[in-house]
Amino acid sequence: MSLDAPFKDPFFRDESFFGDYSYRNSPHAVKRFPFPFPEDDYMYSVNMEPHVKGRPGSVFEHYFDVDEHYVSEMRDRARVLEQDPLRCQSLPHMTLAGWDLLELIMEKFAEDYPHWFSLTKDGNRWHWINRPLGIDQKFTFLDESTLPYGPFEYITRQAQGDFTLQDQREDNLWIEAGMVTSQADWSLDFDIGMNFHEWHAPVPLAHQMGIFDRALKFLLALQYGAPVRRFNWTMTVDPLLDTSPENYPKWGPSKTTMTPETIGQRQHLRVELQTLIRLPRSNAICFPIRCYLISLDDLVTQPKWARRFHRVIRGLPDELATYKGFIRNKPMILEYLARFDDGAPTSPGWWPED
Amino acid sequence: MSQTQADDVMKSRPLYGRLVPKQGSYHFIVADGEGGEAVASLLNAAPDMKPRAHIIYIPGANGTDLTGMVSGLGARVFHPAPSYASASQRINKVLGDAHMGLQLYAAGTEGLIGQVQRDAMAAGLPHDALTTEQRGSLARRVQCVHCKGITENVTLDPFVCAHCGLNLFVRDHYSRRLAAFQGVCIDAEDPGEVPPSEERFK
Repeated sequence: MSLDAPFKDPFFRDESFFGDYSYRNSPHAVKRFPFPFPEDDYMYSVNMEPHVKGRPGSVFEHYFDVDEHYVSEMRDRARVLEQDPLRCQSLPHMTLAGWDLLELIMEKFAEDYPHWFSLTKDGNRWHWINRPLGIDQKFTFLDESTLPYGPFEYITRQAQGDFTLQDQREDNLWIEAGMVTSQADWSLDFDIGMNFHEWHAPVPLAHQMGIFDRALKFLLALQYGAPVRRFNWTMTVDPLLDTSPENYPKWGPSKTTMTPETIGQRQHLRVELQTLIRLPRSNAICFPIRCYLISLDDLVTQPKWARRFHRVIRGLPDELATYKGFIRNKPMILEYLARFDDGAPTSPGWWPED
Repeated sequence: MSQTQADDVMKSRPLYGRLVPKQGSYHFIVADGEGGEAVASLLNAAPDMKPRAHIIYIPGANGTDLTGMVSGLGARVFHPAPSYASASQRINKVLGDAHMGLQLYAAGTEGLIGQVQRDAMAAGLPHDALTTEQRGSLARRVQCVHCKGITENVTLDPFVCAHCGLNLFVRDHYSRRLAAFQGVCIDAEDPGEVPPSEERFK
């Protein structure tokens, strides 16, 4: 894979997610940001909806959203994997699911973004072109020896967001493969091999509410061709994709150095667009976890979001703010956001101008 | 990273039962510390197991050593071992050679049971093919999520990682694959601000 001259298409931003943190959203990206709160308060819910195509220009326009951060995010993934190869693991029986995912991503990318990606097939002899990343690969589908990585790692080095693959057996889901470099503080290396309730064990409140029992029941019945999606969210200081527990001693201190002067640029709302997709050959479930980051300064340019986000944070139980890792800065965040909340009512739904 | 402890029954935490005799052609029993008493109860309840029993016994890290008592139980094979690590090649060979009809038992600390379960899974036995009984110390095996080193017999929380020296709190999150709980740096955001250790896992 060549990432040497990746920014020939000016659509893609040349930016960093660590060090000098040059990551920014263009005005266009701010407008299409997936703001995850349809109401003025927030509590856990299964909150799944069909993953169908949505409004043109939105992150729902295509099956997978490829945005202006694509090339830089893939460069960041390569950097993280080089530093810690354990971020991508696949247990041996998950290889077929990896091929399923490779096929899905290649087909959807080529169909939705023909100017950037193309896939041609002659039986099992496939030809994949990824122009933004400068990749031209001929290979034999289902023959691992014809790719530079296993199929799962190969394709997830070319797709934004983390990915996990869940095997289904014994009426449970088992997380048995993952590409995890932009995670909200969970460890693939620790969790791999766990079942659904096991890997969610650290989440507060939701077990007692029956959230995971209901979600598992729903997912076991997930049908091929009928993917679903939901949002999750947290807060991150600086646009750091790799908030891993492994590196927590390195990034944890950033929470202590924010000031009222810098909070608008440094504090980011971190939104995960999570999709759940049944795969055809393996019957595994693929779980893409796509991370979007927006600074508070950018978020408050949309008056409806500014008002609503203030109310969401104000009403959030401290237990959840603790779990999400921003309890120590919650007062400063509220102080910042309060200035943009005049108490006016907000319209239902998350679109900024509806 | 939260220090939130999970609810009454932690969702990723294994549950243990009692050592009861099972029908089988061969009985492979691994125990440490006070687990020796569970082995004695098992063999005394079903003396016909003895000619087909293979026991590995490891003294407890808390000082409990029942080697003499367990060696006198009359098992066909008795093997005393100073530590799990010293016995692991032998355990893996026996599990790898297992035929239909092998019954597997583990008794003692959670760390011992977890390692037997992990090795049994790696040998291809289903994770519920093991009969377990927790006895004695509640000390935990804990993996440092930062350096990946495992510290054995953790009784204090927080504690110092035996490998990298970070101050870790023990998260109620358990991996069967690693046979270990998760340890997370407690003073990452405020280096040096470490609350006093408490003996949580005596």
